[in-house]
Amino acid sequence: MTTAPTAVQPVPRGGMARLVGRRLVDWLPAAIVLVGMTGLWEALTRAFHVQDFLLPKPSAIASTFWSTRSELWSAGWFTFQEALGGFVLGCGFAILVAIVLARWRVLGSAFMPYAIAANAIPIIAFAPITNTWFSPLDKSSKISIVAVLCFFPVLVNTLRGLTSVNPRAIELMESYAAGQVQIFRRVRIPAALPFIFTGLKVATVLAMIGAVVGEYFGGALNALGVQILTRARVADFREAWAGIMLACLLGIALYLAVSAVERLTLRWVPSTSE
Amino acid sequence: MSVVEIKDVTKRFGETTALQGIGLDIEESEFVSLIGPSGCGKSTLLRIIGDLIQPTSGSAFVNGKPARQARIDRDYGIVFQDAVLYDWRTVAKNIALPLELARWDRRRRTAKVKEMLDLVELGGFESHHPWQLSGGMQQRVSIARALSFDPPLLLMDEPFGALDEMTRERLNMELLRIWEASGSTVVFVTHSISEAVFLSTRVVVMSPRPGRISDVIPIDLPQPRTALTREEPRFFELVTQVREALHLGHESDRAAVAPA
Repeated sequence: MTTAPTAVQPVPRGGMARLVGRRLVDWLPAAIVLVGMTGLWEALTRAFHVQDFLLPKPSAIASTFWSTRSELWSAGWFTFQEALGGFVLGCGFAILVAIVLARWRVLGSAFMPYAIAANAIPIIAFAPITNTWFSPLDKSSKISIVAVLCFFPVLVNTLRGLTSVNPRAIELMESYAAGQVQIFRRVRIPAALPFIFTGLKVATVLAMIGAVVGEYFGGALNALGVQILTRARVADFREAWAGIMLACLLGIALYLAVSAVERLTLRWVPSTSE
Repeated sequence: MSVVEIKDVTKRFGETTALQGIGLDIEESEFVSLIGPSGCGKSTLLRIIGDLIQPTSGSAFVNGKPARQARIDRDYGIVFQDAVLYDWRTVAKNIALPLELARWDRRRRTAKVKEMLDLVELGGFESHHPWQLSGGMQQRVSIARALSFDPPLLLMDEPFGALDEMTRERLNMELLRIWEASGSTVVFVTHSISEAVFLSTRVVVMSPRPGRISDVIPIDLPQPRTALTREEPRFFELVTQVREALHLGHESDRAAVAPA
């Protein structure tokens, strides 16, 4: 289980620092790159008089973002709910299925090849189909495509975590006359947590993609994907870009939220507490 | 009554015969080492005693009960070569794990964990995580955990095999002290001749292909053993005796496989 470190290391401490994972100083290089890239973008679009339909200036996108913020937020919130709903549903179901497949290995070996294959196909291609299952205006159509998108990476990662436990760790539990439920609760599931979080983080990215792209195939007027699409069609490129920026920010927010939960949960893993 | 009773145990893995016709009785408070080259089935025999694998034929009894019942009754604690500590549990919670499974209440658990930490001299480390400890300290936690529920039998599978010589000798002394204090019976698998002689009341020499007991050597060194024990002439005589028994077993093995 433990890869025998030889020295006694100090216990890392800190509240917010642990949550964010790094100190402000560690974020500085990345912040400089962000500012630099945005500055370069602004300078180049100005210098070469780049047209808005190709690439608007970041300052123009920002000011559009601000002036249409209430509209944007309500569209963003609508789509975020779809993404979050599908994420919770898909990931929750994936973890349950992984536990069943890990408990009964015969089922695992029967279904696993298909799960791995499904993980490699572009499930987003099914979005038009889920739009016909439910009304495209209904959130359920996007929630279902997001759930299916999130399901496979979480299933594959969780199952790998549950089944790659040190066999000695299981033997030890058996020596204590522990039953399968106790072995799962006290060993397999905690040991799988780092794998589960890897799957969850992949799923956060897919969730926003699924919701927005699902909306491109038809959705409520007040949905972010629909807004981006119609703004681009009527040549409101600044507003389309503002919508895209919001979709990015929401995706990143979901990812960071899951990372924060991971850090709080996996404090015992050296790499997450350092 | 014997604590461990092995009757005519044979174990095959496919075509390979890991153990052939093993018979062995271990009495209460004995410290018995199983020694032999890789592939002689010593770890397999230990797992059969612990009911972690089943013999192909023959049977094992612990405290007069079939091995399976003894496992369910938590009659033994086991220590492996790697400490197998659960990374997400602190040192104290690792030691408390078997107590939780045996449904001890929190107050009793806390008291027992403290007692065990003192026994293995790790007081003050209860809230450390396993990765913060050295290899030797991890193995001491593992021993504390195996003994936490006062099992009458302690099974050890090369517990010090991965440690450096200095740490190994110190833990040997510590193990003997714990063995005397707890009064439990120990079955100890090792590769090291001097470790086997130093620790044991009896050394069981095994040889491979098929795994079998080739000799049983009583160790009549006086108790309690100290650092000076390793320097006594009788210690060296016994080491030589075990070494010769090992080579004899190995040669008969060669003779068996060599073409006539």
